[in-house]
Amino acid sequence: MTSVTSLAPPASGSAPQGAITDVKKRYAAGVLKYAQMGYWDGDYEPKETDLLAVFRITPQEGVDPVEAAAAVAGESSTATWTVVWTDRLTACDSYRGKAYRVEPVPGQPGQYFVYIAYDLILFEEGSIANLTASIIGNVFSFKPLKAARLEDMRLPVAYVKTFKGPPTGIVVERERLGCFGRPLLGATIKPKLGLSGKNYGRVVYEGLRGGLDFTKDDENINSQPFMHWRDRFLYCMEGVNLAMARTGEVKGHYLNVTAGTMEEMYRRAEFAKELGSVIVMVDLVIGWTAIQSMAEWARANDMILHMHRAGHGTYTRQKSHGVSFRVIAKWLRLAGVDHLHAGTAVGKLEGDPMTVQGYYNICRERVNQQDLPRGLFFEQDWADIRRVMPVASGGIHAGQMHQLIDLFGDDVVLQFGGGTIGHPMGIEAGAIANRVALETMVLARNEGRDILSEGPEILQAAAKWCKPLEAALHTWGSVTFDYTSTDTSDFVPTASVA
Amino acid sequence: MPRITQGAFSFLPDLSDDQISAQIQYALDQGWAVSLEHTDDPHPRNTYWDMWGTPMFDLKDAAGVMGELKACRTANPESYIRLSAFDSTRGWETVRLAFMVHRPEQEAKFRLERTEGPGRVQHYSVVRA
Repeated sequence: MTSVTSLAPPASGSAPQGAITDVKKRYAAGVLKYAQMGYWDGDYEPKETDLLAVFRITPQEGVDPVEAAAAVAGESSTATWTVVWTDRLTACDSYRGKAYRVEPVPGQPGQYFVYIAYDLILFEEGSIANLTASIIGNVFSFKPLKAARLEDMRLPVAYVKTFKGPPTGIVVERERLGCFGRPLLGATIKPKLGLSGKNYGRVVYEGLRGGLDFTKDDENINSQPFMHWRDRFLYCMEGVNLAMARTGEVKGHYLNVTAGTMEEMYRRAEFAKELGSVIVMVDLVIGWTAIQSMAEWARANDMILHMHRAGHGTYTRQKSHGVSFRVIAKWLRLAGVDHLHAGTAVGKLEGDPMTVQGYYNICRERVNQQDLPRGLFFEQDWADIRRVMPVASGGIHAGQMHQLIDLFGDDVVLQFGGGTIGHPMGIEAGAIANRVALETMVLARNEGRDILSEGPEILQAAAKWCKPLEAALHTWGSVTFDYTSTDTSDFVPTASVA
Repeated sequence: MPRITQGAFSFLPDLSDDQISAQIQYALDQGWAVSLEHTDDPHPRNTYWDMWGTPMFDLKDAAGVMGELKACRTANPESYIRLSAFDSTRGWETVRLAFMVHRPEQEAKFRLERTEGPGRVQHYSVVRA
């Protein structure tokens, strides 16, 4: 660990100082440095019950990183810009966030990782809104910082236990579907805007009967003039049930209940329940409190809750400023979603493979070990709350099946939207191609074959007896999205956009 | 010809005994317990198929399971038989792999029954055709 004092820029009258212990000086009216006020303690040993956060900060020129770290701790806990005597009416020392470690970001001059510990008393039980208002409420606009990013959090078991977590979880979802030992298969209905309810339901039926487990509304399918929500729900459930009768498998369509008010979301969710849907969906943009309310509703109604992470790229993608998706994934596991879009690594959307695997581990593991190459700064014990099923969606196709299974294993929903519906022989053929590619690859892996290197030939062998797969590989086999990732680990030598 | 596509490998040609044996070995290598179940009612919501004995918790050899499968097939030639692998690890405690290992000559067929509800609501039942 780099020592803190060595990080300080050349002394320019702002050398870091510890907390002022003389009470008279400490509480004299006026302005003190945050470190002087007690928001920096390089000797602090975090308690098991503390919430821990690591921020990446870029201090303004001439701002000492330790003072900047103390300022982040202060502004995300009790501090204001000046000394207030009313602190002395409280056990203020325990309410202060404590910055306890500062280290330079490898290979990124001017950026520092700062670690802050928060006492458990600062947080209301079971409220992501309260957690986020505290940790990211003010500090990201703080003038002495050019930029700040919340990289990771360690949530103590005592706090995790105040949340109910996913209403269904991977285990129960699979038991309800009766599907074990392979990734689930899905597709988002395309085009995502403009289809009438009747035409939309046709795509649902063709895809499910072809072998998909799920089809999906896209994030912005709500209740527009071309298709009102009730019509969509009715036609989709016709398709779902007909496909169940044709295949003997349990099927579902993620009915997006996202709406302008909680009342309207409940209305739509109730109708989905009345029609016998096994799953409903919401978008991340509905907000933390609405998400927790829908999780409560899903629990009360035996419903799987699918989360589309619409909008997250506005604050998760850039490494210098925002909130890492790994933190969003942790908050969503607490808040209680069953499915979460967590990236594909190989598809059309941002995602460095190891960073994306870090998100998957947050969704699925009982305990996350510290894993810096995958971006996990802390060990995280999930206290047995259920596992979230990650969803890989966006620009993936059957020709990548070996890579997807190698990266993500079995407990994932692989969603091929264009890669199903755009199939030259039709939607059902597109679904068959994906299901055959999936099953043949899982079979081969279980037989001990090295699918990462032998994958293309395993797919070609199946294409010999499966025309739809042959056509899919012919159409998309060479499509890749090889762009440099923006959000990458700082601890492995991967290429990164500066 | 449409067929019931439950299980992990229903879209592949029926697995040979060698292929089944390899999957069993994979499951045993994970520490999972293999079991066999059979039914003549493969309705999508029929969870509880008839158990062919209890899960073979202490069996470590695929050949032993294949012997049980042979006996189960002989006793239930016109049934569906599925093989499941159970993981008792804390936090899973569920089936981790399940696939069909036998089908009847005549596949079961289902159709959809509709009942009119208020508005344009349909209540659906999947029933044997």
